[in-house]
Amino acid sequence: MPDVLVTEVTSIPSLAVSLEDRLAPSRGVFDRVRSLSPGERLSEEQLAVVEEVLLRSDVGLATTNAVLEQLRSHGAPDGVTDAVRAILLSSLNGDRTTSTQADEGRVPVWLFVGVNGVGKTTTIGKLAKRHHDAGRSVLLAAGDTFRAAAADQLEQWAIRTDSDIVRAHEGADPGSVVHDAVGRASARDIDIVLADTAGRRANSTNLLDELSKVRRVADRAPGQVLETLLVLDATTGQNAITQAQEFLAASGVTGIVLTKLDGTARGGIVIAIERDLGVPVKFVGVGEGVDDLIVFDPEEFVDSLLST
Amino acid sequence: MFDALSERFERLSTSLRSRGRLSDADLDDALADVRSALLEADVELGVVRAFLDAVRERLSGEALSQSLSPGQQVIKAVHDQLIEVLGGAPLKVTYASRPPTVVLLAGLQGAGKTTAAAKLAAWFKQQGRQPYLVAADLQRPAAVEQLRVLAEQIGVGVYSDNSNPVEVARKGVAEAARLGRDVVIIDTAGRLSIDQALMEEVHSISSATSPHYTFLVIDAVTGQDAVQTARAFHDALSLSGLIVTKLDYDARGGAVLSARGVVGRPVVFASTGEKIADFDLFYPERMASRILGMGDVLSLIEQAERTMDPSVVAESAGRMMSGTFTLDDFLAQLNQVRKMGSLGGLMKLMPGVTKEMRTAASNVDDGELNRVEAIVRSMTPKERRDPSIIDGSRRTRIAKGSATSVSAVNQLLKQFGEMRKMMRQMGNGGAPALPQGMGRMASLAAKARSESLPAGFEALGAGMASAASTPRGGGSKNKKKKGGRVTPPKQR
Repeated sequence: MPDVLVTEVTSIPSLAVSLEDRLAPSRGVFDRVRSLSPGERLSEEQLAVVEEVLLRSDVGLATTNAVLEQLRSHGAPDGVTDAVRAILLSSLNGDRTTSTQADEGRVPVWLFVGVNGVGKTTTIGKLAKRHHDAGRSVLLAAGDTFRAAAADQLEQWAIRTDSDIVRAHEGADPGSVVHDAVGRASARDIDIVLADTAGRRANSTNLLDELSKVRRVADRAPGQVLETLLVLDATTGQNAITQAQEFLAASGVTGIVLTKLDGTARGGIVIAIERDLGVPVKFVGVGEGVDDLIVFDPEEFVDSLLST
Repeated sequence: MFDALSERFERLSTSLRSRGRLSDADLDDALADVRSALLEADVELGVVRAFLDAVRERLSGEALSQSLSPGQQVIKAVHDQLIEVLGGAPLKVTYASRPPTVVLLAGLQGAGKTTAAAKLAAWFKQQGRQPYLVAADLQRPAAVEQLRVLAEQIGVGVYSDNSNPVEVARKGVAEAARLGRDVVIIDTAGRLSIDQALMEEVHSISSATSPHYTFLVIDAVTGQDAVQTARAFHDALSLSGLIVTKLDYDARGGAVLSARGVVGRPVVFASTGEKIADFDLFYPERMASRILGMGDVLSLIEQAERTMDPSVVAESAGRMMSGTFTLDDFLAQLNQVRKMGSLGGLMKLMPGVTKEMRTAASNVDDGELNRVEAIVRSMTPKERRDPSIIDGSRRTRIAKGSATSVSAVNQLLKQFGEMRKMMRQMGNGGAPALPQGMGRMASLAAKARSESLPAGFEALGAGMASAASTPRGGGSKNKKKKGGRVTPPKQR
């Protein structure tokens, strides 16, 4: 038994600045799928290629098997690529619009939730920039009172994006931070509040209950939660489904921000999440720069899943 | 982490157990199930294939055993293979003859490097070393600040300045030497494995400080990408080993297998929670046993040993088994448990604990423990010894005294009653879950082994026996100086 089980790692794509760039040049496995001849019936070998491509993109066993099932029963008259693409796209049909328009007299709040280390704070920074560029005044609520120096990190984003910030000491009640933030935003006539929360694992009811409470506080007048965005790391595997389920139940997630998509990971699991839970991806993080956040495009995404 | 995998194999074993001999078709079926289980657990496709090939080879090379059922034979092969992959080429941390020993941490963004750095420092401190931290992550806003806060909690110094990461690392190591610290842990900026600039930076840090150990910090929830990450870092830094984080998530943790399979370096440490204490050596044998649903008794005992006062534990554990456990013992145990980190993490390690129990335990927060303590402390010594005398008016008094409600008191008493009943059963040879039960368990295992116990569990039996002989609750605690050994000797 050798120490190293696998010596050949599937090829690593070249460094790309954005998703679009990554899509353009190389499409190795996609080409492999494309080269499969169209037909009513697919050979086991053809199906095995499709299976490999999907599994390697973290699409997951359930979705992969569902796709294979459809290919088996319907064949691929217009080519295997088109068939796979169409099947995957049919799962990505949610409403991806985001709202910044609260009721009369209410302050719009976007709440950011997720497990530890997915990039919540960075995502908030990038979205603050986006709103700022769109001419909105932004207030950041440092609701992550657990992680050491989380508020400091957010404060740096506030400075960088010319936003206001409300923060409290470490260990403070996150609900009160959000409450103060909404109050201040209302008093100062601020256009939108972006509220950070502490990263938490999705298998602890207590931590999720705490999150529900933060959401309730944020949604109390004058605040109004318009979006609850689950920040999801593209390198995450099947656990992402659990994360989405639990955060959906606890905080009424309205959309996903898929981060770190500029790495080698594909984030295919979001297809299963959108299909099974109806939670659409709304934004995609593609880099560390303040502008590296783009609106999710299903077609581009599926193409990138199938590309190498 | 491998819980789901365990469940899956449990099903597998029951379906196979009901059959007679292992035919080729059976083997194909079984391996297909193992394949699905591994894929669902996020083990990378290539690693899955190599793993299955190895299992198949094991099975076909071996003559079909007469004493084993086919299912047991497959499980044994999977178990052995898991141990081999997870535990092959173990790493023993030795210390540089000319201190400081330099440890470099690298990893993707958000894998938990900074937290792991602090936890690792705490671990070294516990080994009797004098660690020092270097914050060379100048990339993420406030990363240095985060490390400082954590370091303060564990009483370890931190070096950082605003120059550049390579300089910080170099000066940090020099500063550690000047201060007479013998272990330096360097935290670096998180990166995407494809980010050449950052990859070069960490490479320069590595060249500048010539670390004795370079660990990749990898997140247990990672999917297929784990191999790319591990390979890229291994190519750039020639890793000594892996540190797995977020094992308290209910992710299946296949990334551990993937990364291990691709770099051929061992998993050395595992982080299982948010508290500093939730960090320990990674035990492949135990992990493999856990995959097979046997629980992780050894880790539990060691964790208990480290944080619990042996005399207190021995005393109450003895009474626990004899059924004369009192609320005072309960309180003592509660305080010991609190020292060990999260109750949920603890329950995870115990065999025979259902998912519901685990969820319940993971939801016990410190506030709740405080309330329980307040209630018990509001009782008279007599009441604590004999809760049956607590009538309605006593309950009201206790509720008032503890600033809780009568129903909370009722609930606690009810739970305590049930707990006591359960313990009495355990003492009578029921579910083996606690230190004192271990001796019994080991002797059972040894007995069973001599009478054709499924050979797959031989290793487990041996593990239990060694656990039982490991000094613990009994009072002595001569295991202290396990010093540098990082991976326990293989239990064969």
